[in-house]
Amino acid sequence: MKRQVTGLIVLLVVVAFLVLGVMLIHPFGYPPSDMDDYIIENAQEQTGSNNVVTSVVFDYRLVDTLGEATILFTAVTGVLLLLRASKRREESS
Amino acid sequence: MLSKIVRTAANQLIVFIVIFGLYVIAHGHLTPGGGFQGGAVIVSGVVMLLVAFSSKELKKSLRERTLSIMESSGALILIGLCLAGIGTVFAYNFLVGTPIFGHIPPAGSNPGDIWTGGVVPLMNLAVGLKVIAGLSAVVLAMALFSSGEEIE
Repeated sequence: MKRQVTGLIVLLVVVAFLVLGVMLIHPFGYPPSDMDDYIIENAQEQTGSNNVVTSVVFDYRLVDTLGEATILFTAVTGVLLLLRASKRREESS
Repeated sequence: MLSKIVRTAANQLIVFIVIFGLYVIAHGHLTPGGGFQGGAVIVSGVVMLLVAFSSKELKKSLRERTLSIMESSGALILIGLCLAGIGTVFAYNFLVGTPIFGHIPPAGSNPGDIWTGGVVPLMNLAVGLKVIAGLSAVVLAMALFSSGEEIE
């Protein structure tokens, strides 16, 4: 009984925080945040790139792209390693 | 291996696919696309060759060691370009304003200039190299594995 009451209280607190978080969320598309205005206005001058999407991907958010490249590298390494290992095991058995 | 008609058509088409992919990579800072997209275009051409010819035939011209070296050098160029701007901050666009890829286009819509973008075009080339080599290696390894060939 005591455990159920504790669980109920914890559940209510979590639900209250979730509802609060949903109510405080930025409304979709309104108002436009300062960040996109800044990037759209200054991307050509600061990066010299006409394609603003590319300037975000390869300049403003380059660390993110580096992570993507790391994911690709890890995926390729994993595939080659797995396929080669299973081939060798077939041969040895 | 498919029929001679398919093989001949694939031989002719691969040239245009590679040219289009290189165009998408090289103009990533001016037109839609970039390293990832252009690399995927070229790898689709490699898949076409894989379907037209067998993986055994393709293994003779696409060596896995070469592909691994290409992918690793792409990753090293990427990290090296990120570290080259460390004087200001990691991954700083240090080439803007210099004669190499440093022209600044006029604000607003304009036809564009290939010598713009700072490190962005170089990053596109590095990522393109990485995607071409990596995805080709994956596709080739899977094809070789499913046909029971030796993966070297």
